[in-house]
Amino acid sequence: MNVETYKFRSRMRAWTDGTVTALSILATVLVVAPLIAIFAYLVYKGASSLNLAFFIETPKPVGEAGGGMANAIVGSAVLLGLASLIGVPIGIGGGIFLAEFGRGTKFANAIRFTGDVLNGVPSIVMGMAVYVLIVRENIPFIPFSGHFSAFSGGVALGIMMIPTVCRTTEEMLLMVPHAVREAALGLGVPNWRSVLSITVKTASPGIITGCMLAFARVAGETAPLIFTALGNQFWSSNLNQPIAALPLQIYVYALSPYDDWHRLAWAGSLVLIILIVLAVSLVRFVTSRGVLKGNS
Amino acid sequence: MGVGIEVKNLNAWYGTNHTLQDITLNIPANHATALIGPSGCGKSTFVRCLNRMHETNPIARVTGSVRIGDLDIYADAKPVQIRRRVGMVFQRPNPFPTMSIYDNVASGLKLNGYSNRRALDETVEKSLKNSALWDEVKDDLKKKSGASLSGGQQQRLCIARALAVDPEVLLMDEPASALDPVSTSKIEDLIFQLKSQYTIVIVTHNMQQAARVAEKTGFFLNGRMVEFDSTHKIFTNPSDKRTEDYITGRFG
Repeated sequence: MNVETYKFRSRMRAWTDGTVTALSILATVLVVAPLIAIFAYLVYKGASSLNLAFFIETPKPVGEAGGGMANAIVGSAVLLGLASLIGVPIGIGGGIFLAEFGRGTKFANAIRFTGDVLNGVPSIVMGMAVYVLIVRENIPFIPFSGHFSAFSGGVALGIMMIPTVCRTTEEMLLMVPHAVREAALGLGVPNWRSVLSITVKTASPGIITGCMLAFARVAGETAPLIFTALGNQFWSSNLNQPIAALPLQIYVYALSPYDDWHRLAWAGSLVLIILIVLAVSLVRFVTSRGVLKGNS
Repeated sequence: MGVGIEVKNLNAWYGTNHTLQDITLNIPANHATALIGPSGCGKSTFVRCLNRMHETNPIARVTGSVRIGDLDIYADAKPVQIRRRVGMVFQRPNPFPTMSIYDNVASGLKLNGYSNRRALDETVEKSLKNSALWDEVKDDLKKKSGASLSGGQQQRLCIARALAVDPEVLLMDEPASALDPVSTSKIEDLIFQLKSQYTIVIVTHNMQQAARVAEKTGFFLNGRMVEFDSTHKIFTNPSDKRTEDYITGRFG
């Protein structure tokens, strides 16, 4: 190979390298741009309506100025707390079963398939299902059934969290190196103990990410709440009563013909996004404390 | 103190693959015994049968008897009990990545429900001293993750972790093959010291290593044990032609 060919090929390589780098930067911008655009537009439309009253007052009747969404913020917190109590333990437990105890069995494959289907069920259908199951009729031994309630809303959101939590837990557990499991078994640690204390602990950062994804996803859900939590114009944190939620309130206000309510809907959307970001960051911060990081 | 191991007619399978065929040998207490042979000859499978790790693979199967001290490990006990008496060090260092150095060493005791803090502290210090790692890590026992150490240090950490549960036998499956020469020589020095307290079985690809650390050496080929004798005899005057071919580098 002579010097000219060599130089030519080297220029070609530099050109290819530059092109691929530019394309990946472009792709990154395309991914991030909509997010920034949405957030900027929300700030532009909503920030001016944000004031203290928004966070401490309940909605005012039409025509009266002011009022806030304090009850909806609390309501969302109650609903999401309940949803997490239902979705996170069941999802993580299911993921542990799929990855560790039931791996390769027909039963596990059936559960995995069911979970994937559940993940694809439209959220409005989930709301209707919970409506039929526990809202429409008073069922013995199921608390708070027979009417619209915060409880039924939490159940609907909780069920929606299960497949995401379950599948991420499974994937993260399968990524834990075989050598780590062998190390635990080689010390005479029983299998169940090794799974809970070593494998799950090693995979916990990924599992927490999965829980946060599921949480953030259901935090903005409106449809499953229409038939279950229903919404509420007044203060309530009672699980047995209909409860307000930010997405529901935004939905109602945005569809209304009043400019005041439109402004509140914009402010509510901004607050919803900020609260989700805050909640996710808080969990990350709390769970990352005390975790030692290695180089490898 | 270490105990002797008597292996009688041991056979092992992975699926339909008969990886160990009719192995019978006596491993002496408080000595180091080396197992050599080409890749795939069954020596790793053999040591994994000595603490019943072989059967953690669902398609694996074992017949025959292994007696460790006075205990027939396949007839008299559960795998979990055996593995507390028979420690194991693996080819690649495998510290628990989310745990500190201290917790790595204490893990065997803690996970088996042991929680006396002072006794744990003592065991951790003793084990790390025994594995010649104490001086290098004593200042950040709880500050640093086990995974932040160098490869050679990680392997000594794994040895300390195995020693902390106070086993009678220590199995080492190519413990130095992923390490540089300096770390390797540290591990070898360590084996030399440890064999006064433990019975050590070491699998190695490195014949000089076998010659340096072990009193007894077994040569495995195609799932069978060809020859088992004093290390000196194996390397200077083997009785089997195949052993001689292997150690002189004519195959394998």
